Amino acid sequence: MTTQDPDFAPLISARSLCKRFGELIAVDGIDFDVARGEAFGFLGPNGAGKTSAMRMIASVSPITSGTLRIFGKDPARHGVEIRARLGVVPQADTLDLELTVRENLIIFARYFDLPWAVGRKRADELLEFVQLTERSKDKVDDLSGGMKRRLTIARALINEPDLLLLDEPTTGLDPQARHLVWDRLYRLKQRGTTLVLTTHYMDEAEQLCDRLVVMDKGKIVAEGTPRELIEHSTRPRRSWNFVSSATSHRISIIGWTGWSSERRCCPIEFCCTRPTEMRLWPRCTDSGSGPKAPSCAAARSRTCSSG
Amino acid sequence: MAVYAAARVVEHNALVFRRLWRGSLTVSFFTPLFFLASMGLGLGGLVNRGSGGVGGVPYIDFLAPGLLAAVTMQTAAFECTYPLLGKIQWDHIYDAMLATPLAVRDLLLGEIAWIALRMLLVASIFWIVMALFGVAHTPESLLAIPAATLTGLSFATPLIAFTSTQKNDNVMSAIFRIVITPLFLFGGAFFPISRLPGVLQAVAWATPLAHGVALSRGFVLGNLATKEAAVHVLVLLGYTIVGAVIAQPLLARRLVK
Repeated sequence: MTTQDPDFAPLISARSLCKRFGELIAVDGIDFDVARGEAFGFLGPNGAGKTSAMRMIASVSPITSGTLRIFGKDPARHGVEIRARLGVVPQADTLDLELTVRENLIIFARYFDLPWAVGRKRADELLEFVQLTERSKDKVDDLSGGMKRRLTIARALINEPDLLLLDEPTTGLDPQARHLVWDRLYRLKQRGTTLVLTTHYMDEAEQLCDRLVVMDKGKIVAEGTPRELIEHSTRPRRSWNFVSSATSHRISIIGWTGWSSERRCCPIEFCCTRPTEMRLWPRCTDSGSGPKAPSCAAARSRTCSSG
Repeated sequence: MAVYAAARVVEHNALVFRRLWRGSLTVSFFTPLFFLASMGLGLGGLVNRGSGGVGGVPYIDFLAPGLLAAVTMQTAAFECTYPLLGKIQWDHIYDAMLATPLAVRDLLLGEIAWIALRMLLVASIFWIVMALFGVAHTPESLLAIPAATLTGLSFATPLIAFTSTQKNDNVMSAIFRIVITPLFLFGGAFFPISRLPGVLQAVAWATPLAHGVALSRGFVLGNLATKEAAVHVLVLLGYTIVGAVIAQPLLARRLVK
């Protein structure tokens, strides 16, 4: 890597990064850079390798091969220093159920060697930031899923990290909770925190990310800005009107090589921004060349289960 | 550095304990109280009349220090199995902790230190109950507290190593049924090991509890030769250190994927 002005050197840099669990190859040689201050996304279905990649960046999972540098440092040798400057929001809330909301934050501050007084002060500020101040004395068990996620985000910020890693931050949250989380993350981005997140929601990627890579089966299959990815892959584009049993839904089929929806119940690979329970009778309105559609004449019914 | 990081784990456990201490102290006080009253005095009265105590020593004086070691064994056994598995497997709280500058080595050290503190507390309260019954009345008897703590540690570290390998609590409950409870009953606390059949005596002496019981009893009754004490301490230390050395890579393999 060339020596550059440290402000412009990538915060995270990966080359031919691989992660293997025995026979299973979770991450199969990926290259990416994340610049300071940007919001970077890993998009893709479950099993694509996003979480494994994130755990390597978080310096909690040793890399199998390739190079990975975070803050210019090798996680195998400087894991402790790297983790001191990271914030991690894992997919599963790993909160201490025996402690209250506030205590979870205060004790976590200690793991970063912050004095108790500083931890208490930051805990109160962060509870304000994620709007959990009224619940600060409650046991974590009593919180809803969205509140637990907000608490986990608050906890990840206790050490004022330069880099925040979020693994599927809004999966399983109701729309209101999602928007609150997005809003807070956006504010963090504005303050200059670098964000790296994984998601399988295109709308989340669009909302939050400056740049994305799309992963499938451990490899990066596309990269660019959200706009670029949508536009690029919709050349050629074809849209179908799907008539559901209740109302009519128009869904754009994005013929995206290498990315398939997790629930492969429809004959064409596509991504649903809002997968819902419905029956599909494809009726072609041909608007250009594109991936081969099922026979338009035949009324075929498929049921997509909700994602 | 490792010491400071390990201290955070102790603080974390202490913060959780702040909510539980009253219940814990109550149990730590009333358990020995009831045992010593019912078995020490109640049953002991019969034993004393029947055989003049145990080797001339009144039964309650024989029982109490042995029970002290056995109870710390039980405390250690419980703390290092189910709650530990919970942190690893069900709550995943260790995952959160390891995402900070904490290393697995620090985590292990911190948990061992906390268990030691817990057992010091349990043993100290037990000693107070012994003093109330007039069983413990010499300065030397206070040494039973660290002796019992070391006994607990000699079970704690091997059990931490064991729990690191478990994905559920099936084998754990077998360990309690086949190891902990039989040791509690036959390990020398309630009656001398010499009353067991020959083979079982050898088995009993191979376990740390027999040594912990002998050490604790020796300090309270004041009849322990230094050389014997040293042997008991070495066995207990041996189990503790070997357990910790084995636990470190097993825990690391479990937590770092």
